[in-house]
Amino acid sequence: MMKTALKLAYRNLIGAGLRTWLNVIVLSFSFVVIIWLKGVMVGWDLQAKTDMTNWEIGGGQYWHENYDPYDPFTLTDSHGPVPPEFGEEIAQGNMEPVLVVQGTIYPQGRMQTVAIKGINPEQDIFLLPTHKLDTVVPAVPAVIGALMARNLQLKRGDYITLRWRDKKGTFDATEIHITDIFSSNVPSVETAQVYISLETLYDMTMMHGEATLLTYRNEAKERSEVDGWVHRSKEQLTSSVDEMIKTKSVGQSVFYFILLLLAMLAIFDTQVLSIFRRQKEIGTYVALGYTRREVVGLFTVEGAMHSIFAAVVAAAYGFPFLLWQAKVGWTMPIDTSEFGMAIAQTLFPVYSVGLVLSTVAIVVVVTTIVSYWPSRKIAKMNPTEALRGRIQ
Amino acid sequence: MKNNTIIEIRDMTKTFPMGKTKFTALRGISLTLGKGEFTGLIGPSGSGKTTLLNIIGSLDSPSSGEAIVLGQSIGALSAKEAARLRKESMGFIFQSYNLLSVHTVFENVEFPLLLLKKNSAERKKMVMDALEWVGLTDKTRSKPPHLSGGECQRVAIARAMVKKPSLVLADEPTANLDAANSHNILKTMENLNRELNTTFLFATHDEKVINYLRRKIYLLDGRIDKDEVIEQETALISDHR
Repeated sequence: MMKTALKLAYRNLIGAGLRTWLNVIVLSFSFVVIIWLKGVMVGWDLQAKTDMTNWEIGGGQYWHENYDPYDPFTLTDSHGPVPPEFGEEIAQGNMEPVLVVQGTIYPQGRMQTVAIKGINPEQDIFLLPTHKLDTVVPAVPAVIGALMARNLQLKRGDYITLRWRDKKGTFDATEIHITDIFSSNVPSVETAQVYISLETLYDMTMMHGEATLLTYRNEAKERSEVDGWVHRSKEQLTSSVDEMIKTKSVGQSVFYFILLLLAMLAIFDTQVLSIFRRQKEIGTYVALGYTRREVVGLFTVEGAMHSIFAAVVAAAYGFPFLLWQAKVGWTMPIDTSEFGMAIAQTLFPVYSVGLVLSTVAIVVVVTTIVSYWPSRKIAKMNPTEALRGRIQ
Repeated sequence: MKNNTIIEIRDMTKTFPMGKTKFTALRGISLTLGKGEFTGLIGPSGSGKTTLLNIIGSLDSPSSGEAIVLGQSIGALSAKEAARLRKESMGFIFQSYNLLSVHTVFENVEFPLLLLKKNSAERKKMVMDALEWVGLTDKTRSKPPHLSGGECQRVAIARAMVKKPSLVLADEPTANLDAANSHNILKTMENLNRELNTTFLFATHDEKVINYLRRKIYLLDGRIDKDEVIEQETALISDHR
């Protein structure tokens, strides 16, 4: 009977012409928008985590036990000797120690508190242009982020005064030379950060052989806890991105719900009107040998079939659109650098087979339920009255 | 029930609730119908002929008494059994054709065969045979809105006959047709009745139809008033008052 119902439903829908295609187009729009938006969220998530990995956290980190990235007052005490068990990994270049010290810069007579980060110029775990720290200039070479450069109106080649406190608490100052300005999508790497050579910072602070952070490249390797240091896995370090995406997803889910609601309203109205108009036809089906339950099934299949047609239509124009979007990305209409979170100006949607299939499944199931609801009325119809076209 | 008896009704009554009262559409109906009959239920509006036709067609059930159609007691059938009876053994022809307007002529006639799960090749042959009986083989791709009234009713006849049912029930089949078309339709049904020995039962008050009938059952106020069999030159009249 299912095969017959599918055949009949298909004929009825095709025969209904424009009425069918209007519903199908509206429903297909839901498909494409939902997949695109979910793709944007997945792409954002992936992009943010990739950017964080490339610019800030590598494969994971060890933090000094006193270190709290949200509390600059902890910087004074959050440094310690690099554990000897990491010696080999550091020598191979698969782990980089970073010393973080609080400082102040004075661009154009103003004062700006910064975190001075000492890093190996030859490192290649981060995309930071640390090789520019090897430049021979009559000041301490430093690189800064584009965000800070814009805010403080700094440019390449500028000389600015840097003040810091050494290990014994004594203030000292020197001039730094901006050898490069880099642009990342991770504000925490750019804002109020000055990167100089680790050895230079050791000399400045007399904290030789010490570090605040140890960043490693290989996230797959099993890591154990070390005395005086707290292990932070990549998952832990990117959890803020997950939280942010989750928050955005809630809002997005509301949007999906409204979009689906509008599409389902169209389906529901079509079904109600269809059953009202086609009472004689329903009576005829019963007279020709369908039970009323089977007619309910037929109308439900008809309604649900709109979503199948919609999926096909969505694939026809959605596929090239989504591919194009994945290639060119979606440029946010507002400046994202001020958001304070890892978000690129252009987001590239990422789609998966699972995303497409789950969206199709949800829409088909919801459409089926919405089609069945008004069709139940048919089971209560008197076929003799229906045959006469008497409104019931 | 005799072997060639298609319908046997014994003291059947049908009432409908109307608020706090009841309306009795059929009172104490008793009749039998044999295989191959070309019979009409005749009477004015409200005489109960459509109600009787609906019960015989298992679309409704009696309030009391018994109605045995093709060996099955209508009142005892479940919805599924009643649907199977209609699907396998009955054809319906309606006053307003009741064709599926978005389906082609071929698809309309094919519909009962889909329910019987006939394969594609069988369906095609049976549909074309049925369309040949009614002279519409050149209209297979047309849709009902593009057909005349007469053509629509011929499609309805083809649909009713395509599975070669034992019984065809026709409710006012000529009500929406002009005289010429009415005679064409009736002639077609008469030929099918003679060739295939299909029992035809009409509900009508149209004189054109009445003149073709070989048996006339007159209904008045829910009762059988007269049951007249026309056998060639012989008229057999029985008074059921």
